[in-house]
Amino acid sequence: MINFIIQLSLFFIILSLISQFLGKYMANVFEGNIYGWLKPLHTLEGFVYKIFKIEASKEMSWIDYLIGVLVFNAIGFLVLFLTLIFQAYLPLNQYHIKNMSWDLALNTAVSFVTNTNWQAYSGESAATYFSQMTGLALQNFLSAATGIAVATALIRGFVRKTTIYIGNFYVDFTRSILYVLLPLSIIASLILISQGIIQNFSSYIKADLLIPFKDSIKEITNQIIPMGPVASQEAIKLLGTNGGGFFNANSAHPFENPTAFSNLFEAFLIILIPASLFFTFGYMVKDKRQGWFLYIVSLVILISFMVIQYYYELKGNPILKHLGVKNTYPIGKELRFGLSGSSIFTTITTTTSCGAVNTMHDSLTPIGGLIPMSLMALGEIIFGGVGSGLYGMISMVIVAVFIAGLMIGRTPEYLNKKIEAKEMWSSVIITLIAGITALLLSAMALITKSGISSIENPGPHGLSEILYAYISAANNNGSAFGGLNANTVFYNITTALAMLIGRFFPIGAVLYMAGSLANKKLIPPSAGTLPTHTPVFGIWLAFIILIVGLLTFLPAFSLGPILEQMLMLKGVLF
Amino acid sequence: MKKKDTSLFDKKILKEAFINSFKKLSPLELLRNPVMLSVEIGAVITTLYAIFDIISKVKYAWFSVNISIWLWFTVLFSNFAESIAESRGKVRASSLRESKSNLMAKKLESKTSKEYTLVSANSLRKGDMFLMEKDDIIPIDGELIDGVLLINESAVTGESAPVVREAGTDKSSITAGTKIVSGTAIAIASVNAGETFIDKMISLVEGAKRRKTPNEMALDILLISLTVVFIVVVINFRALSYYTVNSIHKGSVVSLVVLISLFVCLAPTTIAALLPAIGIAGMDRLFKRNVIALSGKAIEAAGDVNVLLLDKTGTITYGDRQAHDLLPVEGVSKEELAKVAYVSSIGDTTAEGKSILAFTKENYKIDYTPNSYKLMEFNASTRLSGVDIENDIYRKGSFDAMIKFIKSLNGEIPKDLESIVSKVAKEGGTPLVVSKNSKIYGVVYLKDIIKPGIKERFKDLRKAGIKTIMITGDNSLTAATIAAEAGVDDFLAEAKPEDKLSLIRKYQEEGYMVAMTGDGTNDAPALAQSDVAVAMNAGTQAAKEAANMIDLDNDPSKLLDIVETGKEILITRGAITTFSIANDIAKYFVIIPASMSNSYKELNVLNILHLSHAHLAILAAVIFNAVVIPMLIPLALKGVKYRPMDAQTLLVKNLTIYGVGGIIFPFVGIYVIYLMLELIWRGL
Repeated sequence: MINFIIQLSLFFIILSLISQFLGKYMANVFEGNIYGWLKPLHTLEGFVYKIFKIEASKEMSWIDYLIGVLVFNAIGFLVLFLTLIFQAYLPLNQYHIKNMSWDLALNTAVSFVTNTNWQAYSGESAATYFSQMTGLALQNFLSAATGIAVATALIRGFVRKTTIYIGNFYVDFTRSILYVLLPLSIIASLILISQGIIQNFSSYIKADLLIPFKDSIKEITNQIIPMGPVASQEAIKLLGTNGGGFFNANSAHPFENPTAFSNLFEAFLIILIPASLFFTFGYMVKDKRQGWFLYIVSLVILISFMVIQYYYELKGNPILKHLGVKNTYPIGKELRFGLSGSSIFTTITTTTSCGAVNTMHDSLTPIGGLIPMSLMALGEIIFGGVGSGLYGMISMVIVAVFIAGLMIGRTPEYLNKKIEAKEMWSSVIITLIAGITALLLSAMALITKSGISSIENPGPHGLSEILYAYISAANNNGSAFGGLNANTVFYNITTALAMLIGRFFPIGAVLYMAGSLANKKLIPPSAGTLPTHTPVFGIWLAFIILIVGLLTFLPAFSLGPILEQMLMLKGVLF
Repeated sequence: MKKKDTSLFDKKILKEAFINSFKKLSPLELLRNPVMLSVEIGAVITTLYAIFDIISKVKYAWFSVNISIWLWFTVLFSNFAESIAESRGKVRASSLRESKSNLMAKKLESKTSKEYTLVSANSLRKGDMFLMEKDDIIPIDGELIDGVLLINESAVTGESAPVVREAGTDKSSITAGTKIVSGTAIAIASVNAGETFIDKMISLVEGAKRRKTPNEMALDILLISLTVVFIVVVINFRALSYYTVNSIHKGSVVSLVVLISLFVCLAPTTIAALLPAIGIAGMDRLFKRNVIALSGKAIEAAGDVNVLLLDKTGTITYGDRQAHDLLPVEGVSKEELAKVAYVSSIGDTTAEGKSILAFTKENYKIDYTPNSYKLMEFNASTRLSGVDIENDIYRKGSFDAMIKFIKSLNGEIPKDLESIVSKVAKEGGTPLVVSKNSKIYGVVYLKDIIKPGIKERFKDLRKAGIKTIMITGDNSLTAATIAAEAGVDDFLAEAKPEDKLSLIRKYQEEGYMVAMTGDGTNDAPALAQSDVAVAMNAGTQAAKEAANMIDLDNDPSKLLDIVETGKEILITRGAITTFSIANDIAKYFVIIPASMSNSYKELNVLNILHLSHAHLAILAAVIFNAVVIPMLIPLALKGVKYRPMDAQTLLVKNLTIYGVGGIIFPFVGIYVIYLMLELIWRGL
């Protein structure tokens, strides 16, 4: 318990300190105020524009910006898709990994382009080094940069007035990579390597077992230990809230997450950019309180969920307790990290849209598993994905402002911009589409044979498995509950669909809103303006966030995890 | 229009609303309100189910029958709310219609022609000239081009004191349906028959042309999206239930009737049902205050206004200056001055004169009526007024005029007179010099009297973030004094119409929403530019056309009421939306455990109200959802009362009442309804 409190406090104090600086730094970078000491990178930036013939000074309307995003992502998807289905013929394939099937390749390519990193394959046996490095790791950068760029465009919508221009996608994108993602990844990789993460192109190692054992057919005397360029991919997997592990076990694998320190450090990397972007937002709209406000509301919600999760895991499974097992809570967790390290990592990876895991969520207690599921179901806006978290949260604020604004007798406004029909359309699409998609697709899976046949456990637990998969995919999280055999044509296609809808509908809506906002006048604030940085509004915002989540998912959750918890207390397990 | 109060439960209105709520069941009518349309579709489906259940004698047929009935009630209640709001307007419209039925016009061929032809008012076109005489009813809106009329406008304003309309002034417009008390005049029709102000009022109050306002559209988007989410939730719930039942081979899949009940309870029916009524009732409330809003959009804009341009005269001060103090010159006592001032005002009918009489009577107990006197009325060449009693001449007038007058009598000008006069002027007052024969006694300090309570009202407005700006033709010295005294934020002195226009533009460029009142033709450009423009009904046609609201009482201070009404409409919408969404929590906790009770008793942990009978519990939730609509009709029609305060305080207040209240109330309500149902159930 003490351990948990210390880890938690230390974690968030450091996060609060560092994310402010990073936030300010990013604000300056996106506004084009490049620091003097960044001169070499600035030269490189100019060089990039020259090669790709980008007119950096040319601004885009929202529709041009959107076309930029879509075309760029479509190309990224195609390249990755082709790489995966032809990976056997491409270099760096010492282990003779086969080409991916079309549906798995489709799913994987969509998954990495949409910043989801849902993995229906297992990295060590289904992807070559070449695929991992050039395809997957590259998309980790590109999808993250896309998210940041779109969020920046939205912020500009608030700052600017009566213009149709919201920035240049290629510039925002290039800057996110050059000044933010790349330098941070390099630093993070070095720190991770210091903790023992591997970085090599070696063949897989065959090792003799210390104690051979016999399975049903024959004696097992050795094991294959996969190798690879892990560290370079690990940092961006976390920083970009991607979450696609090099290995199937993801951050539970000792080569991806070797020590208790690396565990906290990884959790920190996951949440760093989403947290900083709140401050970037505050700096760019020239009202730092707005950034702090979103940060604090998110923090309070996250910590509450974290504590609940910790509490239920600590209580553990009463049935095992009755059987005399003392410490029931290590189930499904790495002993290296303990309960605290697991609870913190699990909630952080699901509150952001990362989806890297250091714990098998499937093995958590029912309520312990409900927490990560709920954090995703809230729409990945409590910090959320890089960029996507910020624009998701802003949309939620707009919904909250709309109703609260009416209650003070003004047509609602946020950050001096009037909220009207266009903003409402965008906001409801951004905040509701993932939930709708998850509900519809999970309904389809629950009533079809191809859906149910992938379930490993019957009853409410199986229901949770399906639900988790679609909530994770539609919200672009990408973590898996486990227990569900997701590499089937049915799941590959439906989860890919969920990921695409969950990613690009909101992006379109965000840019549409950015265009509409940029075109509006700025309304001078007065005593009659709803203050959007006060505790009262914070409570209201939290209420709206929770009630939207609750109204959308309460029936599903009550027949899944809640029912399972009740049954567990009665001694029924699945 | 009769000012007869059309109270909420007027029998005639109720009857009409009752009939209309059935007429409005037509899906075509409901297309305007998709949330309620979805409820109606649900009702149709459950009704088919109920019929099927009855025919096949299913055990639970009573349940689907009851749910169907209450779903229909939900739609009917919603229609009723809208109809009742509309019929209040309709009753007014019909009385308006009476006032303009069968009007005849005395049409003239030209301005000079002596003969007129009697034609029906319905045949008049814009530009036609017509003659009006005593006891005629004005056939069409127009502008006087010759003559003066005394008109009783009670048909439009409800105010029976007659008003003067005169050609060539700012008060030259006449309104169809009003009656001429005296005078003869020629007017030119300013509109075609059927487009008169009364026609516009009729169509406005009937709601026939009512378009959704931008804010209503934005709210609609939110409500429709929530409805879509709940349809999806219900579909998902069916799948969940199907899976669960098949997985444990126990219980039965939730029925369509239960699913539809769940959907209707969750969908934001309360706000969707009352939304049209809130808007219509808002216009109606303004109408009751004798303000005609030409569009709902204008009222909504009024709620957003953050700069008010207020005419000094009539809004901030009474139109007339009044005696405030007496300042005698050296060697004269206040009592002496009071007496001279009193006598000089005997018989004076101007407001200033009357106020001097009242002031001296009250403060110096002077009461004196001379046997005979000769009244010297204000005269443009001497610019003096007063009385002659026997051989004494009493005069009062401005400083310049009096000096000229006294000098002509070879009188002496007191040395301190000029300093007294300039002191009064500096304070923003008007100095009136008083004399008896050739001796100057002193000065009456006339002052603009600020309306009582206006200062507090401006203070409130400031708290609500609204700037007040006084517009006046006075010089800046006088203006500044009054501005300070009234507590306005700023003022525009020696204001010309161009100044007003550029001031409005300046504020609008900074992003402010500006409201103003006006009556003259020269106000028209500024009226057209401002976001909320209130024209006085007595004003010129040009002013009325440029405005988006018309005040029938010609009271510029109504602008403040209009702003408050605009805010009330928005607050009411927000409050009921919050209430509607907050209600869902309770409904979930009733319906989810009830609908799954036959598969998993364990889910009873969600059944926090401990409602043991599942079907009754669901029915109770549906009934609650329906009856909450008529319960809130009075709130929707009257609006949530607005008192200016800062945004934060207002938010806390409304969140507590409608948010927290909205969470708790349905738990209580559903529980009570459930207990009643259980009683009935046991009785059967």
